Amino acid sequence: MAIRKEDTIIFARPPVVAAWAAVGGKREGEGPLGDAFDHLVKDSSFAAEGCKSWEGAESLLQQKCTALCLRKAGISRKEMDLAFAGDLQAQCTASNYTMRQLGMPYAGVYGACSTMAETLGLAACFAAAGYARQTLALTSSHFCAAERQFRTPLDYGGKRTPTAQWTATAAGACLIRPDGAGVPVLSVTFGRVRDLEIRDINNMGAAMMPAAASTILAYFSATSAGPEDFDAILTGDLGEVGSQLLHEEMNRQGCPLPNHRDCGCLLYDITRQHVKAGGSGAGCSAAVLCTLVLPRLRSGEWKRVLFLSTGALMSQTTYLQGESIPGIAHAVELGCSVEEKEGAK
Amino acid sequence: MKLDPKQYNKMVRRAAPRSPVLKDCLWAFFVGGTICLLGEGLRNLYLIWYDQELAGTLTSISLIFLAAVCTMLGWYQKLGAKAGAGSLVPITGFANSVVSPAVEFKAEGWVTGVGARIFAIAGPVIAFGTLASWVWGFLYWAMNKG
Repeated sequence: MAIRKEDTIIFARPPVVAAWAAVGGKREGEGPLGDAFDHLVKDSSFAAEGCKSWEGAESLLQQKCTALCLRKAGISRKEMDLAFAGDLQAQCTASNYTMRQLGMPYAGVYGACSTMAETLGLAACFAAAGYARQTLALTSSHFCAAERQFRTPLDYGGKRTPTAQWTATAAGACLIRPDGAGVPVLSVTFGRVRDLEIRDINNMGAAMMPAAASTILAYFSATSAGPEDFDAILTGDLGEVGSQLLHEEMNRQGCPLPNHRDCGCLLYDITRQHVKAGGSGAGCSAAVLCTLVLPRLRSGEWKRVLFLSTGALMSQTTYLQGESIPGIAHAVELGCSVEEKEGAK
Repeated sequence: MKLDPKQYNKMVRRAAPRSPVLKDCLWAFFVGGTICLLGEGLRNLYLIWYDQELAGTLTSISLIFLAAVCTMLGWYQKLGAKAGAGSLVPITGFANSVVSPAVEFKAEGWVTGVGARIFAIAGPVIAFGTLASWVWGFLYWAMNKG
């Protein structure tokens, strides 16, 4: 059984991430993590597959990612008990159409860019509780699908502000099991919505930072762990501006984070790739989780990581109505690979 | 030690990098200037065969056509990302703002996609432009009366 301490769910018998896969687009492939992707798509419109819309393209990205993840785990989609999936599109469109193809029991999840930690956390809870043996946590975003929904048409010649972030074209999938080999999920902290009245849709890092700080502090308070207990504390997509604000705030709270890294700054080479303040999108932290975090925990290079995904929960409607942007952050604590631990004993 | 919105707003303003104003202005000046120079060149060319009024109209049509083609090839977006107002303000920017949603929303059908959303960006300019011309028209009429 799991123990609940404040907002954190600590697993007595930690479920494991048994397999994972990441699929990325061209720009993600050109970034520092390019070689670590399981598959890179050359044409993110999937025109060769007869795809006619960006919404469909994002769904194909998810389907490719799921197929790779299940192949690595050596199971077929018919053996899956449950899938938690989400993306950036309204009504979780890409995930719905993916699941139309895959036919698994499915619960759609919308947490904007926080979706990867949210689906992973939910999957871990279900696995630990014994509700499902094979659970998929699947998340994606697609630059073109997000631009047309949240901003302007792709061919519109507008200028981005320096605080704007670049929505990643990427998908990440994790298979979670209650036991066996894999990277253990030690605890999950579902975040609370935080809103410090940021209204600038081009500065999401600033909008999400208070939520990230709040969840990190909630986790430390519940577990009495500190930053020094971790090889890395990762936030989803605060970007350069949000990361700087997070450091400032955590210092102010007397809890500096020297080992903090941000997925939005890891996915791209910010100085070279013209992504302004860094990457964002639900696929950003998903891709970094599956290309960097989980492989390092499996190899034993890292022993313990606090992985957060951060989401900005506004809609196009509330933004235009002048509402501020609510932020959320969920944290998943990951340990080093089970086999690795046994070998060390 | 909770942050309040006012305090946070100050923190965000300090942390946010500023736009490189001089570089942006130079880009806007030279790209905008080049588009206007192209227009002037075209007008002089048309003046060889046509009168002033027709040459002016033909120049506008040519610039709109060129901008539409560049938009469809994805070039105008690349230019706009650097030039900002330099490519936004001339008539070519207006063409870009009409063609880009037309291309984008074709997937949603000719009527409900292209037709309904073609003026998604240019619409406010047309609406308030019409309102402004109505106001100025009235003032002009009132001044002539007096």
